[in-house]
Amino acid sequence: MSELLEAPAAGSVTAAPRNYEILPKPTDDGEVGGDLLEVAMGPHHPSTHGVFRMDVVLDGEQVVKLKPVFGYLHRNHEKIAENTTYLASMPYTDRLDYLCSMTNNWAYALSVERLTGLQPPERAEYIRVITAELTRLVNHTCLVGFLLQDMGALGTPLMYAFREREIILDLFESLTGSRMMCNYMRFGGCRVDLPVGWLDQARSALDGYEEFLETFQKFLTENEILVARSQGIGVLPPELAISASITGPMLRASGVNYDLRKVDKYGIYDRFDFRVPLGDHGDVYDRYMIRVLEMQESVKILRQALRDIPGGPIVDPKAKIRGFRPKAGEAYGRIECPKGELGFYLISDGSPNPYRYRVRPPSLINLTVLEDMCLGQTVADAVIILGSVDIVLGEVDR
Amino acid sequence: MLGEGIIKGMAETARNFFGSYHDADRMTTVQFPEDRIPAKENARNFPFLVFDGEDPAKGLRCVACQICEKECPPKCIYIVKDTVKKPDYIGKLQFQPRVFDIDVSVCMSCQICVEVCPFEAIKMDTDYEFGTADRFGGLLLNKQRLAKPNTYYRKIHATEAAEVDERLAAEKAKAEAKAKADAEAKARAAATAAAAKATPTPVVSPTAPAIAPAPAK
Amino acid sequence: MIADVLNGILLMLWRVVSDQPAPLAALLPALPEALRPVVSAVLCVSPIIGVFATLFALTTLMERKGLGRIQNRLGPNRVGPFGILQPAADGLKMLTKEDIIPRSADKLVHFLAPVALAVPTLLAYAVLPYGRNLVPLDLDAGLLFFFAVGASTELAIFMAGWSSHNKYSLLGAMRAIAQMISYEIPLILSAVTVVMIAGSLSPAHIVARQDGFIWGWVPHWYVLTPWGFVGFLIFTTASLAESNRSPFDLPEAESELIAGHLTEYSGFKYALFFLAEYLGMFAISGLGVTLFLGGWQAPLPGLDWVPSYLWFFSKLILMVFIFIWIRGTVPRLRVDQLLNLAWKFLLPLALINLFTAAIWHFTAVWQFPGALLLRWLLSAVMIGGAYVVLGRALSPRKKVSLRTYRYAT
Repeated sequence: MSELLEAPAAGSVTAAPRNYEILPKPTDDGEVGGDLLEVAMGPHHPSTHGVFRMDVVLDGEQVVKLKPVFGYLHRNHEKIAENTTYLASMPYTDRLDYLCSMTNNWAYALSVERLTGLQPPERAEYIRVITAELTRLVNHTCLVGFLLQDMGALGTPLMYAFREREIILDLFESLTGSRMMCNYMRFGGCRVDLPVGWLDQARSALDGYEEFLETFQKFLTENEILVARSQGIGVLPPELAISASITGPMLRASGVNYDLRKVDKYGIYDRFDFRVPLGDHGDVYDRYMIRVLEMQESVKILRQALRDIPGGPIVDPKAKIRGFRPKAGEAYGRIECPKGELGFYLISDGSPNPYRYRVRPPSLINLTVLEDMCLGQTVADAVIILGSVDIVLGEVDR
Repeated sequence: MLGEGIIKGMAETARNFFGSYHDADRMTTVQFPEDRIPAKENARNFPFLVFDGEDPAKGLRCVACQICEKECPPKCIYIVKDTVKKPDYIGKLQFQPRVFDIDVSVCMSCQICVEVCPFEAIKMDTDYEFGTADRFGGLLLNKQRLAKPNTYYRKIHATEAAEVDERLAAEKAKAEAKAKADAEAKARAAATAAAAKATPTPVVSPTAPAIAPAPAK
Repeated sequence: MIADVLNGILLMLWRVVSDQPAPLAALLPALPEALRPVVSAVLCVSPIIGVFATLFALTTLMERKGLGRIQNRLGPNRVGPFGILQPAADGLKMLTKEDIIPRSADKLVHFLAPVALAVPTLLAYAVLPYGRNLVPLDLDAGLLFFFAVGASTELAIFMAGWSSHNKYSLLGAMRAIAQMISYEIPLILSAVTVVMIAGSLSPAHIVARQDGFIWGWVPHWYVLTPWGFVGFLIFTTASLAESNRSPFDLPEAESELIAGHLTEYSGFKYALFFLAEYLGMFAISGLGVTLFLGGWQAPLPGLDWVPSYLWFFSKLILMVFIFIWIRGTVPRLRVDQLLNLAWKFLLPLALINLFTAAIWHFTAVWQFPGALLLRWLLSAVMIGGAYVVLGRALSPRKKVSLRTYRYAT
């Protein structure tokens, strides 16, 4: 027995060398009870949403250790931005979280505006709210579809979600010329004005969206398999969420009332009447439902914005396209992007390039608690927990 | 009750299944090479160079100022200035690009070059069928392949092109008016100069007045 | 003699097509004694392989088209008119692909696994009655034979998972074993109900017992009795799990285990797995048709002139279509939920169903007016009560429910 007592203690699995694929399974009294299986899920795996790896150690089907490994999609975004002009970084922000280029643009434009003191005109602010909320619809719709795909529904919810997304992407294309890489916001306003008839198209798209949300609810939310698969899975306690600086729907699903649209009231969000849904359990189901409810609130905001949008110029007359050189200084701009708090920190030394450029990516920071949520769950749950975190690897790895 | 939600879901999929046969609106896909979604007016893909008139060599609006080359985020534009100058649309003498290459395999279709161009010379195309077996040369578009007439620009972006043409026409008219005014002013100045020259001449030389009005003509 | 043989072949084909008895007997006397067993075997086996391989091709196309329509797409429509040559193109692609065997794999077992899956699956077809006179092998214990060969497919899947020497494959194989053994029990128990009522293990005899019509127009199929209906549902659920179809496709579980036990298979071995899985699905659907849907019997009186095998195949395709429909709708279960469903819900329900069937059987002697209604009510109360109680118990600790959400303004 004495040599068995020296078997690794519960915590020491982490210290085992990486090249062993089968590890001894420690038990509470120190006896070796069986084998653990180490599986590298990713970087090419159908459900890691890109090139992301989870090194999981499994006891049967149960996850006893999980290590997220990212960086496969690192593109040096911040360094590139420091070596190029302020304007030329704008299209690169599209590629951070490629599902929500509009909100990325806004966050970057906001921080440059704070740096320079440019003030977007009224109409531009409304257009920004409209496009950002449409982006929120796009992102949450996609997420719901992908989450169901991860649960094993064979493409059908994803296809329904993509069909609706397509309508909004068409709106984006007729406004900005591109479906996903919009590159639309500019420092002190927006690039082009709304085309003729765009607002009517947006209104009719919204009507269809409400209908879709209803049928989607009927189709899925009451489905016993979905409820059984997602409730009580991947619980994130509010204390942990706060101390890990989780933001976005994930934080609100854990019951913490924190929405930058209410806290910062950036842009003109203080003019709209909307509510912030909060979950009580912090599990996958709550994260899913919070997003569905947020979509309903987004539709409400959009209705108000499309009703109230004024005419006028769309860009601050002081804004310069060529030869843009902010005064020396620093600024941090943050917005509530669909995935959480997206911030850009800029230091200017008065040259055409930023001296320091730093992104606070919500996906990456939300991903840091993955192991805490997955421990003790099965490998099938780990997949949907990852899906419910809502990551885009372009933003995680930058 | 167990199974109720699944039955509801199955009813929804069945509705979609049968709906797809009689309701064409449900189908979002198109049969690509045969059917195409009409391009949106604002659609953008890769840049091209606009030229006026018939001859791309003569009418190219680009003046090789290299602003787009500098501002291009992925640095996919390569320009070499020509040594000779040609008149641009307002008749001012400007450099022309001897080499203007865009590597569309690097280009990220961001439209920054279009925004920064002060001469309305580079615009976004809607053509996306660049498929080629030639990996390197086939995707490196040179000046000849990039140059497209203004009529083409009017066809793909009608509203925008109309605005641009209006602005250019206004500028040209202004420039012409200015040129005319300049010419007149110059003439007047010359005349006054001549007159001024003429006026004092009698002081210097009494024989001059006979030829004095000639420069004003 | 050749004229005799040709004549015999034509007569045999005519008997098959026109649904007449003893088609083989038309040909065999014309052949030499020594050849008869061989010819008889070949004539029984080759149509099964031919017909079901064609059905497999058509089903893959139907599945892709059907799923496409469910998702508001067109599905494959490029190869041939309406895409009907798509399966041929797929087959060619599979054949010409490189056959990759992992270096660390157990090569012999890796090679044998798809074969070991395909052979028992095909064996199961031996006992199904396809038409009034089309039973390849009319065994007295045909049902037993069916389940016996059906059970050996689990071994093949485990062989595939183990020999691939891939962790995903191994996990998939372990899941497959747990799942298929668990679901075998409700599957067999629901079949036992039919055996108990029909009093025979022979599929042909079970179909014969479902002959005739109540009140002249309601077919005497077992699915139209309370115990038969529930038995059919249990059977369908269990057969979904047996054939690894969604929502029980855990051994493959694309979003979790890449492709489970199929991860390391490519080329024609993969195609063979694919084929065997579909053949298994047809076999088990065919058994469901035989046990509960009256086999080759016509659904309404006066439709007897339609060849009986057409009824069998249309019912089979209907069942396959329902499988596809389910696949297009529901998400996948988790392993523990899958096993809970089998052991805590389907198994007790199947046992209660067995008991209900017995009551139904013994109350058949009631002759007073309203007796049928009373029997239905009695059965419905028994099964419905069990369904509600078991369904409640299945939802763990009452914490799984629809929720309401609060809002911060």
